[in-house]
Amino acid sequence: MLLIRCPHCGDRPEVEFRHGGEAHLARPPEPAALSDAEWAAYLHQRRNPRGPHAERWRHIHGCGRFFNAVRDTLTDRFLATYPTGAARPDGTQQGDPA
Amino acid sequence: MSMRRFSLLSLAREALRGHSGWQPQWRSPPSPAAAYDAVIVGGGGHGLATAYYLAREHGMRRIAVLEKGWIGGGNTGRNTTIIRSNYLFPESAALYDHALKLWEGLSRELNYNVMFSPRGVLMSAHSVHDIQSFQRHIHANRLAGVDNEWLTPEQCKAFCPPLDISPHARYPVLGGALQRRGGTARHDAVAWGYARAASALGVDIIQNCEVTGIRREGPGGAVSALETTKGLVRTARVGVVAAGSTSLVMAMAGLRMPLESYPLQALVSEPVKPVFPCVVMSNTVHAYISQSDKGELVIGAGTDQYTSYSQAGSIQILTHTLDAITEMFPMFRRMRMLRAWGGIVDVTPDRSPIIGLTPVPGLFVNCGWGTGGFKATPGSGHVFAATIAKGEPHPIAAPFNLARFETGRMIDEAAAAAVAH
Ligand SMILES: Cc1cc2nc3c(=O)[nH]c(=O)nc-3n(C[C@H](O)[C@H](O)[C@H](O)COP(=O)(O)OP(=O)(O)OC[C@H]3O[C@@H](n4cnc5c(N)ncnc54)[C@H](O)[C@@H]3O)c2cc1C
Ligand SMILES: [Zn+2]
Repeated sequence: MLLIRCPHCGDRPEVEFRHGGEAHLARPPEPAALSDAEWAAYLHQRRNPRGPHAERWRHIHGCGRFFNAVRDTLTDRFLATYPTGAARPDGTQQGDPA
Repeated sequence: MSMRRFSLLSLAREALRGHSGWQPQWRSPPSPAAAYDAVIVGGGGHGLATAYYLAREHGMRRIAVLEKGWIGGGNTGRNTTIIRSNYLFPESAALYDHALKLWEGLSRELNYNVMFSPRGVLMSAHSVHDIQSFQRHIHANRLAGVDNEWLTPEQCKAFCPPLDISPHARYPVLGGALQRRGGTARHDAVAWGYARAASALGVDIIQNCEVTGIRREGPGGAVSALETTKGLVRTARVGVVAAGSTSLVMAMAGLRMPLESYPLQALVSEPVKPVFPCVVMSNTVHAYISQSDKGELVIGAGTDQYTSYSQAGSIQILTHTLDAITEMFPMFRRMRMLRAWGGIVDVTPDRSPIIGLTPVPGLFVNCGWGTGGFKATPGSGHVFAATIAKGEPHPIAAPFNLARFETGRMIDEAAAAAVAH
């Protein structure tokens, strides 16, 4: 079980959280202007990297809030957690394939 | 290399001379040749089967399987080996039943005992929703020519005596869907049997050879070579069959996939005498179980909620699974567990696999089998080989194209079955 630091509540066990998938996926402002391929890419394509991964979590059995985290998917170690809306912290990018 | 056939005579002869005459069952050259007609990336069951059918049915000879570790060391050697074909949609039923028909003759075809055991797969129903959903599956399956039948709780108990059908159980068994042709097979033997048969047809199986790059110097950005930890391998046709690592391999060609990789765990108990005659799956209580020929109870757990390449999952997933197993089978409450492990499964948005062409000429992909692809191994290899050899999708593979995420023609087994094994 992971120990996850909610930016609002501190360290809590994983069972209090829900994983919310890849972070920083902005919904295109004008979906109708996109090609089918672009829309499909937004909906379905994921980086799925082996290494640091920016992802959303929700502290569903705590404060209820969404936040972001960078976790190394090879070791499952968290490199950082940060509030939604904040930029991905410096120094957490390497190893992430394009 | 000519393959020495297994027969009663050869077994008896070796028994008499202390088993000193057996040869390695397949060739595993230390490094790849400079060029091949086709290269399969990934030496799991699906990749080895693909190579075998390429050689056997399509007459290709210069074929290599490149495996970063040892063959069968991925999900093939980590799965709970449940085999069935009673999927809801006609496309899925056609694909999985194609595989099931091949399983039925596979030991003979490969001259290798894959221990396919059609002992029946029983899915137990615990709610009105389960009953309606299973009966819908049964009707759809019968229309598709796939066996699947409804059992009352008493018939379930007769088919699987360890099952607790008392109305006082926490999740009473209200009935079940039984596919009698379903069952299990020996996972390692599937990898080894295909490797041996492919090797005999001239396929090079290179282990400890990781693909690290895909060169696209052919016309229109076509595949021209693979970079590997054992040097450059030139080829114009590449089949990627890398399960949980597919996103990483496809990224080498500049493609982003509709896949996420999750840990999936399983565990086995200490071995005991035969106590469990079939396979039981419960989607609602979330437990599935069978007994191996070694006597261990083989128990499958769920995926973790987060993506990972760690090949290890969380402890609470295992305890949850054992809670469910002992709830349904109280007789196992004092059984000790021997080992637990994890594999990394590649999951698509609609929980159906992807088999076919890609936007990169010469690059083919077979992935997205997620938590339930072992059962499809022979069929998957068979239709993927045809797709690679002809450069167009085999009819059974065609609906499982990568473009469906763009066209919207999903095969939504995710909605059809909460757990898909
Ligand atoms: C715990 C568990 C239980 C399961 N239970 C069932 C079940 O009961 N029934 C069922 O039908 N399915 C089940 N599955 C799913 C099933 O195991 C898989 O869908 C199936 O085995 C996939 O086969 P494969 O040959 O594609 O993958 P694998 O056997 O994983 O083969 C892929 C291979 O690619 C290699 N590879 C990866 N990257 C590279 C690279 N860059 N270069 C070279 N080689 C590379 C890997 O080392 C690996 O050997 C289960 C899976 C798990 C983990
Ligand atoms: Zn919180």
